[in-house]
Amino acid sequence: MTATATQPRAAARPAPVLHGYRFELVKLLSQWRIRLLLLACWIGPAGFVAAVSLQSSLPADTVFGRLMNSTGWAGSLVVLDFSCTWALPLLTALVAGDVFAVEDRLGTWRHLLVAVRSPQRIFMAKTLASLTVILLLVAGLTASGIAGGLAAVGNRPLVGLDGHLLAPADAAGKVLLAWACALAPTLAFAAVGLLGSVTLGRSPMGLLLPAILALALQLVQLLPLPVAVQLGLPSHAFLAWRGLFTDPAQAGPLLIGLVVSLAWAAVATALAYRLFLRRDFTDLSYDGSGRRVVVAGALPLAALVAVTIGVIAVATPATGSGIEKGKLQDSLATVYAHLYRLQTQELHRPDVTEAQMQATASCDKGDSRVDDEGPGNDWRCVVTWRLPDATAVGNAIYQLDVTADGRYVADGDGPKEVNGYFQVRTPNGDAPNPLWQFDGNVDLLTSTTKE
Amino acid sequence: MDRTPAARARGITKSFGDVVALDGVDLDVASGQIHGLVGPNGAGKTTLLGLLLGLAVADGGSLEILGTPVGRTLAVPDGVAGFVDGPGLYPSLTARQNLSALASLRRYDAGGAAGVDDVLEQVGLTDVADDRVRGFSLGMRQRLGLAAALLTKPRLLVLDEPANGLDPAGKHHVHRVLTGLAAEGTAVVLSSHRMDDLAALCSEVTLLATGRVVFSGPLSKLATESGELDYRLLTSDPEAARRLASETPGLHVVAGSEPGQRLDTDVVVRGPVQALDELVVRLVHAGVALRELGPVVTPLEAAFLALTGTGTGTVNAQTDQEDL
Repeated sequence: MTATATQPRAAARPAPVLHGYRFELVKLLSQWRIRLLLLACWIGPAGFVAAVSLQSSLPADTVFGRLMNSTGWAGSLVVLDFSCTWALPLLTALVAGDVFAVEDRLGTWRHLLVAVRSPQRIFMAKTLASLTVILLLVAGLTASGIAGGLAAVGNRPLVGLDGHLLAPADAAGKVLLAWACALAPTLAFAAVGLLGSVTLGRSPMGLLLPAILALALQLVQLLPLPVAVQLGLPSHAFLAWRGLFTDPAQAGPLLIGLVVSLAWAAVATALAYRLFLRRDFTDLSYDGSGRRVVVAGALPLAALVAVTIGVIAVATPATGSGIEKGKLQDSLATVYAHLYRLQTQELHRPDVTEAQMQATASCDKGDSRVDDEGPGNDWRCVVTWRLPDATAVGNAIYQLDVTADGRYVADGDGPKEVNGYFQVRTPNGDAPNPLWQFDGNVDLLTSTTKE
Repeated sequence: MDRTPAARARGITKSFGDVVALDGVDLDVASGQIHGLVGPNGAGKTTLLGLLLGLAVADGGSLEILGTPVGRTLAVPDGVAGFVDGPGLYPSLTARQNLSALASLRRYDAGGAAGVDDVLEQVGLTDVADDRVRGFSLGMRQRLGLAAALLTKPRLLVLDEPANGLDPAGKHHVHRVLTGLAAEGTAVVLSSHRMDDLAALCSEVTLLATGRVVFSGPLSKLATESGELDYRLLTSDPEAARRLASETPGLHVVAGSEPGQRLDTDVVVRGPVQALDELVVRLVHAGVALRELGPVVTPLEAAFLALTGTGTGTVNAQTDQEDL
């Protein structure tokens, strides 16, 4: 037999993470599906925003949709709202939800392991590469939506969700910040995608997991759940960015949403990492494990939800649905006062300050048998205000459609010369009366200050 | 030449749940040797190759690769390359991109793209270097997989069915590359179901059956393990040939049931070579023309069938490792 005549060699060093990352990026970017997504994200929103902004019929159901032809910044926010609902969970599903499963489909795990020599580094490289692609997609959505809006409508002030006017520079900063905030839940869904991709292998369920989770959470968010539950969901930050567009910003729900999302991202990634390292790559017939998904994936995440909800319930003043009569009245009066000033300017009337107006609102939900609390489209409010030189008190009626996430749409119900539909001549062309229909947002966390 | 054994395994065991894939396997592969690994499906070949590549770790026994004890997965030293269950290639990348990525991962790209071009030329894929692998045939993929292994300048090359899907020219190409590597001192361990490949390439073979080694040694020795073979004779007078064969001591005529046997004209006999020589003499003396004489299956194939228990029981092989 042959004899050993030389010194034993050390085990081969694993490939550097940077090299693995570059390879994963090349693999991802060589896929037609990813290329098409990038193209769609960098071009699609610009075309959509430009086309819609120039039409008379605007997507008023979407936050800021009714403002799309009055400022270029609204278009990007409409894209953001749509992305938070559908696009971002789907994008994470298609990128992160497939980044591990593709090796199962191609049968390349053994090749990759021999080349890289470290499952840990493979995981890091794949995670970073999918994260990079997702960031590229989000950057495309952001830049494209902004470019389309600015090109079609222009760099004009944006009316916030409390009616105050944001100068173009402020609007730009807030829009970019809102997109940045949406990254946190995107990361959470991407981590869920990684988890699905690791645990379910070739099964298409792995790919669909983030999208299915997003759909389920959207259904849940439609329900009048306690505010602690709403804030404890990883998708809440997809809605909470709206709080940036009030003054002062509704920072509480946003910060909680960001922390919850990042916690989900960390926990789901850690679970995926743990499961990945435990996998037996010599088993070519591996096709995912439903039991493993439940035990090592779903149960820990369910525990995270329970802990999060518990902590929020204990640590915040949140009670009930978070939509209370007092908060709604405060919010509506504030928006009304801001928009009334805007209307007086557009109608070239003498300026009046919010303080002089002393606007208040009185709201009632349904009839006397219904508690004045919670979401619904049966809120009816009367706004009262004063003018400096008039002894009479003005009244305006609004029908409010309030959703469980705190957003509401106020629809003017008279008098028509105040909040009816008529065109107002502005420096940028005719626009609907700002007091006719407008959006507002209630801070779910604050407690009522006045009745 | 480096005298360190490229691979040395002693008493290797490996199970997957209740299934015993390897059961006390010994293996010695010297540098510069092309070692064949044969056995029926499920014999444990791929598992053993996976251990050599560091993809898994044995449950028991000891394994040394290039002089380094291997005790955990992916801990094999540099200089080991190859593939099991087909080469791992990315269809959306070109052949060159696949190899460049591997070169980058294993840090073999210091010399630029020359290494990639060189190995592509070695396996005859220069013309399709910039084509996406998606459009490659199975044989082209096999050759590209070999190129990927060559890129790392291996001292132990582990290949699972490298001749799969290769046309005669491609097979010749691959054989030339492998013998060239062996001549330079690289040890090659390859599995194959094709005895002609093994006969053409390997100096030694290890035969596995149900996770155990049933033979290990030179090919020439394996051929002798086949015992008495069946031979087919094609003569001018089959009836006379059949009668003469039955009268020849040590020979007996086999009832025609072998696949492909032409019953009307062929005579199949079984016996030692000496008895067959005697039959030829008798045929000549009787004026019967002998047009064709050859074993029904090659000696290697016969040995394989006998030792793995998948044959028809026509041979009585004894091996030196039957008691493993």
